[in-house]
Amino acid sequence: MPDFLLLALLAGIAVALVAGPLGAFAVWRRMAYFGDTLAHSALLGVTFGLLLDINLNLAIALGCLLLALILVGLQNNRFLATDTLLGILSHSTLALGLICVSVFSENRIDLMAYLFGDILSVSTTDVVSIWIISLVVIAALAWLWRPLLAITVHEELAQVEGVPVTRVRTALMLLMALVIAIAMKVVGVLLITALLIIPAAASRRLTHTPEQMAVVSSLLGVTAVMAGLAASYWWDSPAGPAIVLSATLLFSLTLLKKQQA
Amino acid sequence: MADYLIKASGLGVVRNGRQILQRTDLTLRAGKIITLIGPNGAGKTTLVRAVLGLIKVDEGNIEKAPDLRIGYMPQKLHIEPSLPLTVARFLALGGKARADLDETLTLTGIEKLINMPMQSLSGGETQRVLLARALLRDPQLLVLDEPVQGVDVTGQSALYALINEIRNRRQCGVLLVSHDLHLVMANTDTVICLNQHVCCEGHPEQVTNDPAYLALFGDAAGLANPPQVAIYTHHHDHQHDAHGNVIKGGAHRHDSSCGHDHA
Repeated sequence: MPDFLLLALLAGIAVALVAGPLGAFAVWRRMAYFGDTLAHSALLGVTFGLLLDINLNLAIALGCLLLALILVGLQNNRFLATDTLLGILSHSTLALGLICVSVFSENRIDLMAYLFGDILSVSTTDVVSIWIISLVVIAALAWLWRPLLAITVHEELAQVEGVPVTRVRTALMLLMALVIAIAMKVVGVLLITALLIIPAAASRRLTHTPEQMAVVSSLLGVTAVMAGLAASYWWDSPAGPAIVLSATLLFSLTLLKKQQA
Repeated sequence: MADYLIKASGLGVVRNGRQILQRTDLTLRAGKIITLIGPNGAGKTTLVRAVLGLIKVDEGNIEKAPDLRIGYMPQKLHIEPSLPLTVARFLALGGKARADLDETLTLTGIEKLINMPMQSLSGGETQRVLLARALLRDPQLLVLDEPVQGVDVTGQSALYALINEIRNRRQCGVLLVSHDLHLVMANTDTVICLNQHVCCEGHPEQVTNDPAYLALFGDAAGLANPPQVAIYTHHHDHQHDAHGNVIKGGAHRHDSSCGHDHA
């Protein structure tokens, strides 16, 4: 196996592993649009990274974290419905990011790589940092598992029972921001949410507990990454979209199974 | 320990420029059931949320007994179909149980539901599961927001009997929100009739005869409540009143729309 393919596989597996449980929460809490918004804003992070001449991965992560915090703040005083708010931010940040990248990068940046991912060009350093972030987020999710589930089921009930709801919710958004930052390299800004949502949705019909759903979702994600990379290697299809389509194929297969509890 | 579980005084809540609650006092004590009634928009849920610490109040203060354990039964529960969650897992989400699980399941009659998905439960079953989750905390105070909604009349009586039994057995305080006065009144110690502030309060008999209560519910209750029990009792009380016998001196006067011109 060529080195670039091995690195791509390692990076993809790390992202798919963490996308499993996080994607499950995205599905349970209807955060798909939220994920989109964060992902689109990642492009702005690229711009700032270029302008300030700092590490692009770091800039993307910081950009996502910052926007996640802004979103948490905005959601607390709601004069607009959340989806309206997200719609405004999502598309504005994408538009701004596209303009900034084309104006400031002077063609040093391959825009397509950011929009649709460039997993075949990941470096060893990338793989190491992706694995570290992935493991940190998985550990944090495991640690926060019960409070996260509790606020997903009923926030006020959880609060009366002593769960620090605002802090837990903010933590989830920050974790999501981190994962989006690392997933950007794999599937790109426009397809990140798919990597979160599709494996989680596919695992729903196969599982009976929240934990099973998180784990099976990770496994389906890993399968999709391997299938997508294989398609990319043999048929020369773009890797990011191939991964997403593989996940969609898996999801379609689960539809054949009879729905159960 | 203080002689109260929660003591709220002079509460005022304003949202979007509208006064939802004003000068409201509420004291909850161990072993006592307080039922909160009032028309839609009277601020019942707001008061409950303030007492639970879920919202900030604009005026007044709330004192709580130290380390107060509250069991809360929310009005609505919506669980996404995408979340595979059995009744057992739902109960476990409340944290480490302080009360005996089997005993609580038997008490609330949900032993057979324990492995069912939450989404498959009927309205009444969901209410009993919510009650079980609240009871598992072995609460010193039970707060129940419209616990009988979506439950048929027999089910309502059973649920109220159960709440009364729990109070007697565990000596916890109970704060109950209800649209329905009559079935609650059988067991309740104090009824508080709320319409942005406390309109009238007292033992069940006192309240049904209070002109302030009748001004709020008088005719509308007879029309709106189909179950026989509710209609019958109301007519009865109303006639008594028309004969001019049992009108108690209310704490304050109201015009027909129940604005707040205090005498």
